[in-house]
Amino acid sequence: MRNLKRQLFAGPYMIWIVGFILLPVVMILYYAFTTSSGSFTVSNVLTITHPIFFRALLFSLKLALVCTLICLVLAYPLAMILNNMKNGSQGFIVFIFILPMWMNFMLRILAWKMLLSNNGIINTILGFFGLPDLHIINTPAAVVLCMVYDFLPFMVLPIYNALARINRDVIEAAKDLGAGNITIFFKIIVPLSMSGVISGIIMVFVPALTSFAVSDLLGGGKVLLIGNIIEQAFTQDYNWNLGAGLSFVLMIFVLVSMTLVNSRDTEGGANVW
Amino acid sequence: MKKKLIAIFCATLTALTLFSGCGSKKSENTLTVLNYGKYIDPEVLELFEKETGIHVDYEEYITPENMYTKYKAGAIDYDLICTSDYMVEKLIKEGQVLEMNYDNIPLAENLDKAYFDFSKSFDPDTKYTLPYFFGTVGILYNKNMVDESKVDSWDILWDKDYDGQIIMPDSVRDAFMVALKRLGYSLNTSDEKELREAQELLLKQKSMIYSYLVDEAQDEMIAENAAMAVVYSGEAGLAMDYNDNLAFSVPKEGSNMWIDSWFIPKTCTNQENAEKFLNFLCREDIAAMNFDYVYYATPNTKVVEQLDPDLQANTTIFPPKDILNNCEVLKSLDDDTTTLYSELWLELKAYSE
Amino acid sequence: MVKKSAERIYLTLIFLFLYLPIAVLIVLSFNNSKSRVYWGGFTLKWYQKMITSPTIMKAFGTTIIISLASALIATLLGTLAALGINAMKKRNQTIMLGATNIPMLNADIVTGISMMLLFVRFTRLGMGTVLIAHITFNIPYVILNVLPKLRQTSKYTYEAALDLGATPLYAFFKITWPQLRPGVLSGFLMAMTMSLDDFSITYFTKGAGINTLSTMIYTNMRKGINPEMYALSTILFMAALILLLLMNFGPSAKREKASK
Repeated sequence: MRNLKRQLFAGPYMIWIVGFILLPVVMILYYAFTTSSGSFTVSNVLTITHPIFFRALLFSLKLALVCTLICLVLAYPLAMILNNMKNGSQGFIVFIFILPMWMNFMLRILAWKMLLSNNGIINTILGFFGLPDLHIINTPAAVVLCMVYDFLPFMVLPIYNALARINRDVIEAAKDLGAGNITIFFKIIVPLSMSGVISGIIMVFVPALTSFAVSDLLGGGKVLLIGNIIEQAFTQDYNWNLGAGLSFVLMIFVLVSMTLVNSRDTEGGANVW
Repeated sequence: MKKKLIAIFCATLTALTLFSGCGSKKSENTLTVLNYGKYIDPEVLELFEKETGIHVDYEEYITPENMYTKYKAGAIDYDLICTSDYMVEKLIKEGQVLEMNYDNIPLAENLDKAYFDFSKSFDPDTKYTLPYFFGTVGILYNKNMVDESKVDSWDILWDKDYDGQIIMPDSVRDAFMVALKRLGYSLNTSDEKELREAQELLLKQKSMIYSYLVDEAQDEMIAENAAMAVVYSGEAGLAMDYNDNLAFSVPKEGSNMWIDSWFIPKTCTNQENAEKFLNFLCREDIAAMNFDYVYYATPNTKVVEQLDPDLQANTTIFPPKDILNNCEVLKSLDDDTTTLYSELWLELKAYSE
Repeated sequence: MVKKSAERIYLTLIFLFLYLPIAVLIVLSFNNSKSRVYWGGFTLKWYQKMITSPTIMKAFGTTIIISLASALIATLLGTLAALGINAMKKRNQTIMLGATNIPMLNADIVTGISMMLLFVRFTRLGMGTVLIAHITFNIPYVILNVLPKLRQTSKYTYEAALDLGATPLYAFFKITWPQLRPGVLSGFLMAMTMSLDDFSITYFTKGAGINTLSTMIYTNMRKGINPEMYALSTILFMAALILLLLMNFGPSAKREKASK
């Protein structure tokens, strides 16, 4: 009986789930499967097969994968170095790597804009040394660069946390049994840090796949990602049904890829982080 | 199972009742204004609030299409909107615009009658609109980077010498205007063949474009990040004040003459306040402040008279008659053409080699 | 030795990559010229302009109010929810946590749009709608921080206290709460960080005249860049620095470490 009473604490949150988590998803479904006059259709969802939309989705996927990969390659060694540091300085170093995250997301984009413009700071410095100019602003490269910058901490922290949880005794034991450094790395460290890697991939991949602000501000109107198309459907074309249809596709797409990534993680499905 | 259903039903009901409390209740003395970005001196808003006690909720948008969506979404009840000719026309046709009571705007007499006549192309009986600023579209270029003898034609925007140094407008009608004019067609054509031809031209140009921008173009030009940009005349005037290397030209093939006007949409809850605001904008000192800030041609004769003769003679800001006569005003298009335009535009934006 | 210096070089490079852009903004905020490249002398005028700008200050206030209020409400709701969920049967727990995961896994843009579609149907967009949207994506962070702590606490101590005659409320605050506190605190901080940094969701749910810093800077950047933005960056960076320093190395942090 006492138990039932305690369950009631979740009551307000249950109302919240219904009102503000489930109902909004229902709204997306409603708009996705109706025409502007309200009759049922699947054409909004099927527009994703239209070459333009499909190409934008593939292109977003490509950028997101590149971005995730770069983040992973940069973050893993970094997390290992951080983890191997002496305890005293560790806290401080980790602190240094999360500090930029606390600056506003938009201001970080602004900073890259300053750096990368045709006549910007990097090119001025390159010019000073007589080196050729770097023309990556308003190209996909600039978008990926800024995304890596924005999302790198999201990759570093989970991996670092996973590494920190590995019991040193396990490594010592492996050493005693004659394992070399490479064996230890691939047989012990990598598998045991996998949960962190997966969290990191999810935390970088999803925002990279669906972002529209970075491509909008650093792509010069030339980089069209699936996020931009959805945003435009809602803010420019006044075609909510199409926008909702594409959002629905994106939602399914993200959920499926997350389940795929997550299926390797066997300890409890709810524990995504 | 039944119990669960009842629980879910109750939860839904409670959630729905929550809504009634969360909407922003509009108080009597609030005015919700929607305007282009950078299109009013923020101090003007403060002054208006101080003088009248009416609180202004001020919202901005980038392109006319953007505004249309914001308005049609119905998520916010706007009291007053400022936008361009063809979009006003579209909304008037849709019956979304309230008649203005000009008696409540006595200071409108400060505005040159000529611009009410111009507005007749979209507001034939002068019932709905009040002109705010006007101008043309042309090429803002950097004298050190561009051959000045060629800049009198839209052709220069397809010149391979300026690969990667051209900024085009990130707004459907403005971008197509350039291509249509280069081809010698009307800006208001609804001929699919002509529009496709224009798109073809824009596709060919895409690889040479530095970026597609609206208001930011001016900033990029001042920083000399690009050699030329297609911009509104007032923007060019402002940029030229910051950077002496910049100059402006309206190509000989002709261009677009635009006029931005205020109108009162059907969602207006307090028309009197809206008109009070419009009257305030027509007041000489306020219009002067806005002119200083926006730097587009103002129809307010009182302001123009007070200006420095040099500025009055500035042909970038105040386009001379012969240039205006060579320009067309954008008209609203039928639904099919609008849909075609969005398709062509999306194809252009998604295009890559 | 080689490995050590390679590590050092790598750390330095990453450090430069992370801080160079911020350094640029900070330097430019003192530049007495609108140019982004040339140095026109030292000035504080952008700071003065920033402080006197009604747009920036209003957005700043809105941001603080929304992130504080949403984090507080989310912490309250989320902690209660965690207590409730913890008392549930395994199957119901899974359902609840599944629903909790929806806003975390969904793309920001989809969450923002779905909430906008809902709000537009039933009400008008305003400050309230932004607040609700922020609370919604904040709650999961609280729950996922509190629940593990709750699972670690032994319910026998709590029940023993009850058997010894403590009221449930007294037992909760004496036994359970001290063990939950770090989880609740980190949940609150995480919620606030997410709320401060959010752009997409605010962008789609905000009403007229309401801007958080993110949406304000976004519109501002689309119109060309004002040096006031550099000053704002510097101030925000310094605030984050001081706040994090206090949290990590301040007196309370030391006490917590000592008690471990």
